[in-house]
Amino acid sequence: MRPFAYEQAGDSSAALRMTANRGASAQYLAGGTNLLDLMKIGVAKPVALVDIGPLRADHASISVDADGLHLGALVRMAEAAEHPDVLRDYPVIAQSLQLAASQQLRNMATLGGNVLQRTRCNYFRDPSWHACNKRDPGTGCAAMDGVNRRLAVLGTSAHCIAHYPGDFANALAALGAEVTLLSPEGTTRRILFEELHRLPGDTPHQETNLHPGELILGFHVPAGPWTRRSLYLKIRDRESYDFAQASAAVALAVVDGTIQQARIGLGGVATKPWRSHAAEAVLQGQRLDEALAHAAAEAAFRDAVTHGENAFKPELGRRTLMRALLQAATMEIQPNA
Amino acid sequence: MPDGKLFGQPAIRIDGRAKVTGRARYPSDEVVANPAWAFLVTSAIARGRIRGFDLQEARAVPGLLDILTHDNVGGEAEKPQPMSGGSTTPTLESDQICHDGQIIGIVVAESFEAAREAAHKVRVDYEVQQASASFDSPGAEEEVREAGEHKDYQVGDAEAAFAAAEVTIDARYGTPTQHHNAIELFTTTCEWRDGKLTVYEPSQFVYGLRGSLAKQLRMEPGDIHVVSRFVGGAFGSKGGITARTAWIAIAARRLNRPVKLVPTRDQGFTIATYRAETRHHIQLGATPDGKLTSFRHEGWEVTSRPSQYNVSGTETTARIYACPNILTKVNLVHADRNTPGFMRAPPDTPYMFPLESAMDELAAALNMDPIELRRINDTQTDPATGKPYSSRCLMRCYDEGAARFGWQRRDARPGTMRDGEWLVGWGCATAAYPANIGPAAARVTLSPEGRARVQIAAHDIGTGAYTVVAITAADRLGLELGQVVVEMGDTDLPAAGLAAGSSHTAGISHAVAKACEGIRARLAEAAVLSNDGPMAGLDPASLVLSAGMLRGPAGQSEEIQKALGRAASGVLEVYAENLPKGVPPDAMGKIYQGQMAMSRGHGREDAITYAFGAQFVEVRVHARTREVRVPRAVGAFASGTIVNPLTAHSQYMGGMIWGIGAALHEATEIDPREARYVNDNIAEYLIPVNSDVRSIEVIMVPEEDSQVNPLGIKGIGEVGIVGMNAAIANAVWHATGRRVRELPIRMEHLL
Ligand SMILES: Cc1cc2nc3c(=O)[nH]c(=O)nc-3n(C[C@H](O)[C@H](O)[C@H](O)COP(=O)(O)OP(=O)(O)OC[C@H]3O[C@@H](n4cnc5c(N)ncnc54)[C@H](O)[C@@H]3O)c2cc1C
Ligand code: SF4
Repeated sequence: MRPFAYEQAGDSSAALRMTANRGASAQYLAGGTNLLDLMKIGVAKPVALVDIGPLRADHASISVDADGLHLGALVRMAEAAEHPDVLRDYPVIAQSLQLAASQQLRNMATLGGNVLQRTRCNYFRDPSWHACNKRDPGTGCAAMDGVNRRLAVLGTSAHCIAHYPGDFANALAALGAEVTLLSPEGTTRRILFEELHRLPGDTPHQETNLHPGELILGFHVPAGPWTRRSLYLKIRDRESYDFAQASAAVALAVVDGTIQQARIGLGGVATKPWRSHAAEAVLQGQRLDEALAHAAAEAAFRDAVTHGENAFKPELGRRTLMRALLQAATMEIQPNA
Repeated sequence: MPDGKLFGQPAIRIDGRAKVTGRARYPSDEVVANPAWAFLVTSAIARGRIRGFDLQEARAVPGLLDILTHDNVGGEAEKPQPMSGGSTTPTLESDQICHDGQIIGIVVAESFEAAREAAHKVRVDYEVQQASASFDSPGAEEEVREAGEHKDYQVGDAEAAFAAAEVTIDARYGTPTQHHNAIELFTTTCEWRDGKLTVYEPSQFVYGLRGSLAKQLRMEPGDIHVVSRFVGGAFGSKGGITARTAWIAIAARRLNRPVKLVPTRDQGFTIATYRAETRHHIQLGATPDGKLTSFRHEGWEVTSRPSQYNVSGTETTARIYACPNILTKVNLVHADRNTPGFMRAPPDTPYMFPLESAMDELAAALNMDPIELRRINDTQTDPATGKPYSSRCLMRCYDEGAARFGWQRRDARPGTMRDGEWLVGWGCATAAYPANIGPAAARVTLSPEGRARVQIAAHDIGTGAYTVVAITAADRLGLELGQVVVEMGDTDLPAAGLAAGSSHTAGISHAVAKACEGIRARLAEAAVLSNDGPMAGLDPASLVLSAGMLRGPAGQSEEIQKALGRAASGVLEVYAENLPKGVPPDAMGKIYQGQMAMSRGHGREDAITYAFGAQFVEVRVHARTREVRVPRAVGAFASGTIVNPLTAHSQYMGGMIWGIGAALHEATEIDPREARYVNDNIAEYLIPVNSDVRSIEVIMVPEEDSQVNPLGIKGIGEVGIVGMNAAIANAVWHATGRRVRELPIRMEHLL
């Protein structure tokens, strides 16, 4: 047990203040399902936890309007997964949450915490392993030539091949969502969700572009003619309660059989929530068939790099994307309002 | 065959209510006064030695009481004696490190939290040596397993017959490392009083734990009391003593205060045993009409450096099918690993996978239905020894299972049974497990209220053993289940053997039945001698106990309380020991001393005794992404007398569910360079969840066998898992045309 301070923030400005006072290694505590886990196994060592649970009062709403879908950072996974408007207009978002973790975890975990969950690389999650650049910069990477079946093939570097394990974030990335951030100075900024996470490069320990102490307030998913024809396909070793070996978030705007616009996200295969602009470009303006889906899948994994055990992942990823595309094309939907 | 009315009737567990209401005391729930808490320090390397410890930071943790290392306690205990395989790796006896996660220190503090914190602050200076992880690792040492605990079979000339065979299968298979991961962790609580030690620890053999611990601590067994009333899952992992127990006893002695240890989930991967990875080479030769002419099976098994532990499942595979030429061989591969041990159907689960896969391959090569191939090669005589099977209903299992499963609708050609995007495959395989039985003793006490108390140091590892004992006693004494109280899991009680090898129900029910027969005989003798009673002058052997009465052959009857009054002034108590056929005369004494003594299904002079089953599985493999799911499975089993069909159903079903996990999910991953377990937690060590388990049907094929033992009980705890690996692999082949010979079968094998 490492001693740490615990404070509860009544609102967002209190949260910012408390975190600023505690310095660099203070952390926000939302559902705690990832952070407390990492503290128990000795990977996360915050000196202080600022509990942002009470921020639910201001940042836990779900709304759909002409502008798109607005999700507060403190919305629980289960709430968004089961929300009728989300289910109807943004099925890819609902499914990415439904298929994640377990019901118990979804009842606790928040959307803000979800997107910031950390890799499941086993070497990262056990400090008795010496070499892990993400946990201890400069120590090397035990996974590169070790047990790495689950690890990434897209966006990797010579320093880290850890996968981003979450699901919801891939749907956000695909749909071009934005995230609203509140800085310690009290100013808000909005950035493209795709820019929230960083590639590992030679600094795999720096996972996001958040400024120290910055708070996620919520997400905005822009409306578009593709959101209703959307789905999240997750392929895993067991039927439930398992992270993705590969997943695909797809959304298609189809008019008279021609894809006007495509939005594609990939999970389980990349180092960060992944949007495949390359695959989208292949689909744009074309009629979907097996060959086109294949071409899109090829494009999505053109730059894949494998390491031993995970050599199967580009092929699995391609097939997952193809299956998702072909399934989305046959969805029966009400046209967007 | 028992004639009683309770045998074979479904009965809910007599301890069920206590378990679901939390009143059942598992060993770590037992109340001890003012315990100190222990936390293990385990090695972060797999091979080397400890140059020294830096304990300064750890000692500074408030509440710290003691730190045990080889420096201060190394000489105080011997290594434990494993149930099988001879020697094992050390812990605190020396500075040597022989596997990942070896216990190298024990921190004791006022609270669990303080002990854990201090344990994390122990700094170890290691001298690291290159470790060998497994097969093929540099430095791993291979040797042929000599005959000893297990032996090989050579009948005819298998090599020549294989060379001459018209149809052959020649293939290699592999199974992975697996860990039991019972929900209950490997806890130990020790308390000393006046030089005597009480140990609360989940165990499948309390007398065995006591016997080994006495040797390790150089004590008299009688000065040690082991209590294990409930066990939260064991599957073999709590069969033999592990090193932790002696050190916790020493920690408690040093502090003169009870010490409680609850290790972590990941420590459970390295401080106890596991199922080691295996490899196999199988050669089958057959005639074009499917008769086997040659069977060769060579196995390789990983074990620790000092241990000879091996499971040698060739002792089962050599005798499944009629074949005139048989040759088996087993090799050990020593690596820098903890010592493996029993895990549900230890020999049969890994070894039947290759045999039953190869039989399926042979059926395909012969263009023959896989069930017909088994029928052609079915036998009532063990081909390895020429002895008869006491009973063997394998083909009845196939026939009943096939009918329920709908096997006749199977299109034999692989890849043809499609349902939309899903490839459908049907597979089957034989399950077999030896009918073992051990000696046991029991004490039965009949009270003036007409209630019975049964005492036996047996073990309910979640199987329903308490209920089996109650059923047996109630059945024999003519009482209701609710009139029987059962005490188990305690070395103050009459001894029973290891609850393993599917032997426990057979072993303990015979002992209980014998003690009950003693009660009946005493009541009957008193009744026939008593001039004023209704049974005066009758033959005592003709009297029976039923429905609360002692009854004579012509309908005479008397309440059991009344009959008791004639036989005893207060209570009537009978102690009985049962020595089953096939164990040496001193076997009961051995059990009391904590040694294993068991009559094995393939070790008897008069007959070979086995339970058999036929298992059927439907798999679905997604045509594109290739994930494998199991929508339904049917298992038909013939295991002699079923004492309690309700808990028997759970055992069979549990075995089949575990089989789904074994074939598709479970594998302990080992870092190849450092010989360390990587996925040592149940978030990453996958087992089936509810949605992986759809329809599981169990058929109990009636079977009477008075030769196996008087009550005709064969044991059911393990046979349910045995055929699942191959049935699933065979179904995957049928769905996809891909033959996967390495478990677990995963999407990457099928892409
Ligand atoms: C066994 C298991 C299986 C799982 N399976 C899946 C799965 O299949 N798919 C999947 O997607 N996820 C899965 N998860 C992960 C789970 O979804 C996450 O743990 C959860 O979403 C995290 O949310 P939380 O609110 O509990 O976050 P916390 O644990 O409270 O926080 C996580 C991190 O985010 C930070 N944080 C939280 N909120 C904010 C905020 N508003 N602003 C800034 N920083 C913030 C915290 O400081 C912390 O660093 C699984 C988890 C477990 C334990
Ligand atoms: S892949 Fe990344 S997280 Fe895993 S061991 Fe290497 S550096 Fe650490």
